[in-house]
Amino acid sequence: MNLSNGVAPVLSARGVSFAYGPEPVLEDVGVELSSGEFVALVGPNGSGKSTLVRVLVGLLTPRSGTVRLFGEPPDRLRRRWRVGYVPQRLRIAPDLPVTVGEVVATGRLPRQGWWRRTRPADRAAVDHALESAGLADLRRRPLAELSGGQQQRVLIAKALASEPELLILDEPVAGVDAAAQRQFRDSLVHLVEEHGAAVLLISHELGAVADDLDRVIVLKRRVVFDGPPAELAATGVSLGIHADDLPLWLEELA
Amino acid sequence: MDAMPGMPWPLPWPFDRTYMQLALVAGMVVGAAAPCVGTFLVQKRLSLLGDGLGHAAVAGVGAGLLVGTGPTWTALAVAVGAAVVVEWLRTRGSASGDLALALIFYGGIAAGVVLASRSTDANLQPYLFGSILTVGADDAYAVLGLGAAIVATVAVTGRALLAVVLDEESARVSGIPARLLNVLLAVLTAVTIVASMRVVGVLLVAALMVLPVASARLVARSFRGTMLGAVAVGLTSVVLGLAASRQWALASGGTIVLVAVATFVVVSVFQAVRAGAARPDAGGLLSGPG
Repeated sequence: MNLSNGVAPVLSARGVSFAYGPEPVLEDVGVELSSGEFVALVGPNGSGKSTLVRVLVGLLTPRSGTVRLFGEPPDRLRRRWRVGYVPQRLRIAPDLPVTVGEVVATGRLPRQGWWRRTRPADRAAVDHALESAGLADLRRRPLAELSGGQQQRVLIAKALASEPELLILDEPVAGVDAAAQRQFRDSLVHLVEEHGAAVLLISHELGAVADDLDRVIVLKRRVVFDGPPAELAATGVSLGIHADDLPLWLEELA
Repeated sequence: MDAMPGMPWPLPWPFDRTYMQLALVAGMVVGAAAPCVGTFLVQKRLSLLGDGLGHAAVAGVGAGLLVGTGPTWTALAVAVGAAVVVEWLRTRGSASGDLALALIFYGGIAAGVVLASRSTDANLQPYLFGSILTVGADDAYAVLGLGAAIVATVAVTGRALLAVVLDEESARVSGIPARLLNVLLAVLTAVTIVASMRVVGVLLVAALMVLPVASARLVARSFRGTMLGAVAVGLTSVVLGLAASRQWALASGGTIVLVAVATFVVVSVFQAVRAGAARPDAGGLLSGPG
C-alpha cells in the first residue's frame, strides 16, 4: 500500500458496501485505524454497526470495497492473534460446565499455537488478562454462576489473553453497571497506552471512555461523522452526558 | 499360550481368567476414550452423531465379513468416510442435509445387513451389540492402538476443540481452524465407534460416549472436571458391567450400558436431593411447587 507515512494502518476499509437482501446495510463505508488509536464507532440501532464489524473481521464478505487488516485481506491474514474480537453476546450454553479460567485460556490459543504446549509466558498472559478484567478472584468459578456483567468481562479477558494489536469490541458493555464499566475502561486504556494497540469500540454507552477516545465514527449506513469527540460535541452530541440517549441524539445527526 | 504378556495376570475374581482380562483391557480403553470424545459431542449438541455413524459403520462390518478380512479396518474406513460427509452436510445446514444424514445412516445399516447375508460368516450380532468376552489378543491390541490414538489426539487438540465449542465464530476470527477441528471431532467419533465395536457394539456405543458425560456434568464445575468425571464413570461402568455379566451370564455390552444408565439416575437423584437440602423452604424431593 502506498501511504504517505509508509506504515500500513492496522485496519482500513474503503468503499465497503454490504446487503443481506435488496436493501443496502452499508454504503461506501471508509474506516481507518492506526496503532495506539482508541476509536469509538457509534450509530443508531440498525445503522449497520454490527454488520460492519463482521465485515471488518472477515466473517462477512463485502459486496464491494476492500478491507485490510495489517495490510492483508482478512481471509489471508496470517498471525490472526493480532486481531482480538469481542462478540456482542456470550453464546456459551448456560449448562456447559466451564470455569472462567478455562474460557480465558482458550483466548491464548491463537497466540501460542493451538496445538502447542502452554508455556510460562502463556500462563502469565492469561493471568494478566484475568487481572486487567478484574476476574482474578473468579477464575475457578463456573461461568454460569457469574452475572451478565462479569460474563462480558470474561469475553474481554479472553480477547486480551492473546495480547492483540487490534481489538474490536461489538457493544461489550450493554447492561453493565458503572463500576464494571470503569474497570472495562481501565483495561482498554491500558491496552492502548502500554501495548500500543488500536481499539475499535462499538457501543452506545461511551460515558466511561468519553475522555479517552481519539476519534468517534458515526455510522448511519454511511460514515456521517469521523473526528475527535470535541468536534462531535460541537454538533450537539455529548458522549459523556447523554449516554442513555445517545442513539436518539445520533438519530437526529446528519 | 499367553494372549498378552503374563496372562492371566494375578487379578481377583471376576477378572481371574485370560478372556476376562482381555475384555477388561479392551473395555477400559473404550471406557476412557469414548467419554473423552463424548464430552465435546454433548456440549456441541451432537449426542446422536455417534449413533448415526455407528449405523453407517455396519456397512463396513458387512463388507469386511464378505471379503473375509477383519471387519475392524473396513468399518473404520466406512465410519471415517461417513464422518467427513456428515460434517460437510452439517456445515451446509440445510433441511435436505438432515434427510441426507438419514440416507447415510440407514443406507449404511441396510447395506451392512445385505452384505453380511452374502458372506459365509453372516453373524453381525457381535458387532451390533458387542461381544467383549470373545475379544482375542489381536482385537485387544487393535483397541489399545485406536484408544491411544484417540486419547493422544484429544490431549493435543482438546483446548482448541473447547475454543470451538465455546464460540465457533470467535475461534475462526482468531485463527483457530474451526472447520478442520469439527471434521476432526467427527473422525474421532468414527474411530471411537470402531474401537468400541467389539466392546458394546455399534448400536450401543453412543451410550458410552454420552451417558457418562451426562452424569459428570451434573456434578462438575469445570470442563476438565466434566471430562475426568465422565472417564471415571465410563471406567466404572465397564468394570461393574463386566463383573455383573460374568456373575449372572448377561450380555456384556448391554450390561455395561445399563450400569451407565443407572449411574446417571443415581447421580441425578443425589443432585436433586442435595439441591432440595440446600433450599431451606424445600420440603423434599416429592414436594411439588404448589
